[in-house]
Amino acid sequence: MINFQYLRTTSAKAALALRVKDKSSKFIAGGTNLIDLMKRGVTAPEKLIDINHVPLKQIELIGDKIVIGALASNTAVAEHTLIKEKLPLLAMALNAGASAQLRNVATVGGNMMQRTRCGYFYDVEMPCNKRQPGSGCGAIGGFNRMHAIFGTSDKCIAVHPSDMCIALTALDATVILANGKGERKLLFKDFHRLAGDTPQLDNNLKPDEMIVRLEIPTNNLNKNSYYLKVRDRASYAFALVSVAAALEISNNKITDVRLAMGGVAHKPWRLSASENYLKGKEPTTENFEQAARLAMTDAKGFGENDFKLQMAPNSIIEALTMAKSKA
Amino acid sequence: MQSSDKDSNQGDSRRDFLKKSSFITAIALTPSVAIKAAENQSDERFAELFEKIPLNLTVNNKAYKTSIEARVTLLDYLREELHLTGTKKGCDHGQCGACTVHVNGERVNSCLSLAVMNEGKKITTIEGLASGEELHPMQAAFIKHDGFQCGYCTSGQIMSAVACVNEGHTNSRAEISEYMSGNICRCGAYPNIVDAIVEVSKGGSKA
Repeated sequence: MINFQYLRTTSAKAALALRVKDKSSKFIAGGTNLIDLMKRGVTAPEKLIDINHVPLKQIELIGDKIVIGALASNTAVAEHTLIKEKLPLLAMALNAGASAQLRNVATVGGNMMQRTRCGYFYDVEMPCNKRQPGSGCGAIGGFNRMHAIFGTSDKCIAVHPSDMCIALTALDATVILANGKGERKLLFKDFHRLAGDTPQLDNNLKPDEMIVRLEIPTNNLNKNSYYLKVRDRASYAFALVSVAAALEISNNKITDVRLAMGGVAHKPWRLSASENYLKGKEPTTENFEQAARLAMTDAKGFGENDFKLQMAPNSIIEALTMAKSKA
Repeated sequence: MQSSDKDSNQGDSRRDFLKKSSFITAIALTPSVAIKAAENQSDERFAELFEKIPLNLTVNNKAYKTSIEARVTLLDYLREELHLTGTKKGCDHGQCGACTVHVNGERVNSCLSLAVMNEGKKITTIEGLASGEELHPMQAAFIKHDGFQCGYCTSGQIMSAVACVNEGHTNSRAEISEYMSGNICRCGAYPNIVDAIVEVSKGGSKA
């Protein structure tokens, strides 16, 4: 690992001031992804600003919103009574990700900032438009078993790696970002970006900003929610396909529904057409199957990942069925 | 001496600055002074004047005071500086769990933690688990149930297993397997490892 300058701050204000002063600096919280990327030479910041002592670890109910600080650990969120009771989908998604060791240090904000696990991005000898814009995409026409089937571009077909973010997208979370002057709110679904012509940009965070907290509205989906993760081994692997499904069922009618997928796109993939179809309908297998078909309208395989074209709709049906059967 | 950085108003980069400066290593800073300089931004360059960063932490109930490069991981610090080689380096990328230690009582991958991020913290390694000649119950259970073959993953497995029991994630064999999935065993001793954890958790002894 190339050496770097290390600074510690105890306030968001000080951290942002340091960041503004030196745009080549990076914040470090858990570091479980960043340190790995630095070891492999994918990134080499000259300055790390340790923000672990910034007081942003709150998990609380304020009015009808659950507020989670950006530095709350994945374990702290997943194990919190409030989250288990009111947002079990989020707890389930968190526990489906990484390992107990990683979740103990990985933070909510860091989880959102994770880079893709595309092998071409990680291998500095390979072309990658995300790591080195203009160098080409090794995955298109290469080893692309793990790669995207939705919203791809001719520059990049990498997938977003997080489980937590899939649940947060389904739960209509809002992200609060701060800069030196104030705060702004962004819908969680608008935080991450599609690759387009700028695959080097994973998200819409500006260089002078930091993630400070999330706000998640409480809902009536907590009884019927399920996070399905399909992967190459039973645990501790990134998703081939994952589905966050949540239903509110009243008098055998779906009154509210949320669906989002992971492992299929450069950002968490919300299935709005499927949701709109299911609203007001009965929670039957036939309706779940039609919702899954609607979700696949614009899907496109790249060879090795063609199996996802079948795995994705199957997973949607399975996740909805599991969510329904939880009642 | 301003280079292309001039336009961006950032001045010399740190690496350029270090190349040009020969006196810097002679200056010793206490952590509080160094951190204060950084926090107040009173003199950022002053905060840049060191390559080694002061570090105070406790390992297996023994206090250590040292100074260390920022890039040294907790794993390398334990093995190379303190010669506590019980903690193993497997993949060095957080994928195998061989480097698992406890930081303030919680299990972490020491390969993905910078030593300097552990200022003031209490570290427990496999060497700190036994009480003198008396093995920790989890160590004894691993021997009894043959929870290893080659032994390379074992210290990480045992540290993780102790944490798994303390966390209360031992309600079923499936739950144990799930919460031990961050520790890979190439020899495939998994069923025996689960046996060991079941025994310790049923013994009710908080590890």
